[in-house]
Amino acid sequence: MKNPRIPPEKQIKMTLNGDEAVAYAVKQSLVDVVAAYPITPQTIIVERFSEFVANGEVHTEFIPVESEHSALSAVVGAAAAGARAFTATASQGLALMWEILYIASALRLPIVLAIANRALSAPINIHCDHSDAMGARDAGWIQLFVENVQEAYDTTIQAFKIAEHPDVLLPVMVNLDGFFLSHTMEDILILPDEAVHEFLGGYRKVYRTYVDYLGKEVEIKLDPENPLTFGPLDLYDYYFEHKIPQIEAMAKAKDVVRKVNEEWYELCGRKYGDGVLDTYEVDDADVVVTVLGSSAGTVRYVAKKLRKKGHKVGVIRIRLFRPFPHDEVAELLKDVKAVGVMDRAISFGSYGPSYLEIATALYHLDRKRKKRPLLVNYVYGLGGRDLDPGLVENIFMELLKIAKEGEVKEPLRFVGVRM
Amino acid sequence: MGNSELRSTKELPLAALPFKLSIEYKTGGWRALRPVIDYGKCVKCLTCLIYCPDMAISWDGEKVSINYDYCKGCGICAHECPVKAISMVPEGGSS
Repeated sequence: MKNPRIPPEKQIKMTLNGDEAVAYAVKQSLVDVVAAYPITPQTIIVERFSEFVANGEVHTEFIPVESEHSALSAVVGAAAAGARAFTATASQGLALMWEILYIASALRLPIVLAIANRALSAPINIHCDHSDAMGARDAGWIQLFVENVQEAYDTTIQAFKIAEHPDVLLPVMVNLDGFFLSHTMEDILILPDEAVHEFLGGYRKVYRTYVDYLGKEVEIKLDPENPLTFGPLDLYDYYFEHKIPQIEAMAKAKDVVRKVNEEWYELCGRKYGDGVLDTYEVDDADVVVTVLGSSAGTVRYVAKKLRKKGHKVGVIRIRLFRPFPHDEVAELLKDVKAVGVMDRAISFGSYGPSYLEIATALYHLDRKRKKRPLLVNYVYGLGGRDLDPGLVENIFMELLKIAKEGEVKEPLRFVGVRM
Repeated sequence: MGNSELRSTKELPLAALPFKLSIEYKTGGWRALRPVIDYGKCVKCLTCLIYCPDMAISWDGEKVSINYDYCKGCGICAHECPVKAISMVPEGGSS
C-alpha cells in the first residue's frame, strides 16, 4: 500500500454512531441546503445536523419541513437552483418521497439522500431490512450500501463527488442498516475539514448545457438571467428520448464509483473493494455467498472459520446495487459451483431483489461456457431479525452440499424464521 | 406538435430540459366552442383580456383580438363581457 496523502495518524479519531457519522460527513461537505423530516432510525442525522446549523458551524440553509414529500421537494428545488443539497429518511419516509425520487433523477440533480434502512409497515416495525431502498431501486438513483460506520462516513462524502461528476449527474442514496449501523457506536477516523473540501473541489459546480431558445450554453440551474423550464410536458414525441440519457448516465456511474473509491484510497488509505464489489476469498471458491450491508461482516467471519476447516468458500459484498454490476458479478462467479444470494428484502410474488439481478448476470454465462453456477436465494432478517453466525454457517453448509450433489431443490429459502 | 424537426436523444439539452418553448405547442385544436367578438358592441374595457386564463386575448392599442392557436374555448371571456359582445359559436367541420 502506498502512503495516503493524509495518513491515519493525521486523521481525527471520533466515537460516533452511523447517523452521527453521516451528519458529520455532511457538515464537512459544504452542503448549501438540507431539508429533512425526522423518522426512526434516521432521526439522529437530522438532529445532529440541526445542531451544527444552530451552532453556526455550517453555512447551510436548514429547512424543517412538514413531511418527507416536502423534504425531497425542497431539496429538488434547491439542487435545481445550483445548491449542493442533502436529505435523509427511512422506511415510510422514503415511501412518501416516492414520486419525487423519479423527478430528482430525471432532472439530473446530484442530491445525496442517506437512508437508515428500516422495514416497511404493516405491521409497524422500526428495525432494519432493505424493503425501503429496494422499493426505490427503479427510481433512477445510484444506490450504495455500506457495511460499517466508517464506511457510512466515507461513502457520504464520496456520494457528493459521484453525484456531481459530469458523466453522472444523478442523485445518490447512501444506505446504512437501521440500528445495526445507525445507532451503533464505532471508533472511526475523520478527515480534516480542508481535506474533504479539497476532495470535493469546494462548493458544487453546476454543469453547463446548450439551450436552443436561449441560443447559448448555460448552467443547468434556476436563474432569472437565463430562465430554464425543468421537466415540462413531454409526450410520446420526446419522453423516450429524455429517458435514454438517464440510462447512459447510470451505465457510466459504475466507473465513477470505482474512480472515486480509488481517489479516496489515495487520500486517506481506506477503500471498499473496487468500490462496486467487495470480495473475500472468491478466486478459488466452490461456494460463494453474496450479501449487502452490515451482514457482510458476519458472513465473512463465518467464511473465514470455514476456510480454516478447509472449505473453499468466499463472499461478495455488493456495495453498489444501482447501477448493478452484472458483468463484474458474472466474471467473479463463472467458475463457482454454487452461489447463495442473501436478500434482506423480498419482492412478493417473486424472489429477493439481488437474486433477480444475479440470476440475470449469470444467464448469459451458459451460452458462452455451457455451464453456470447453481443459484439459491436466502431471504433473511426481515424487520430486523438477527442473523447469527450459526444461521450463516447453515447456509454455507447447505450450499456445499448443493455444489457436491449438483442440484437445487428449493431456489427460494427463508433463514431464521419459524415456519 | 410538428414532426418535421424530431431530434435524437443526443441533440437534446441535458436534464429533461426542452429545446423549444411551449409557444410552439399549439393547443387551440382542443376547442369545441369559438369565441367571436362583435366589435359593434365592444366597449374596449379589456375585461376579457384580464379574465382569459390562457392569455389568448391581446390588445394592440385599438382593439382586442383572440389568438385561436391557444384559445381552448372555455367561454370565460363571453361570460364576463359586461356588454355581451362575445358569443360562443360551435366549431364545425364546415367553418
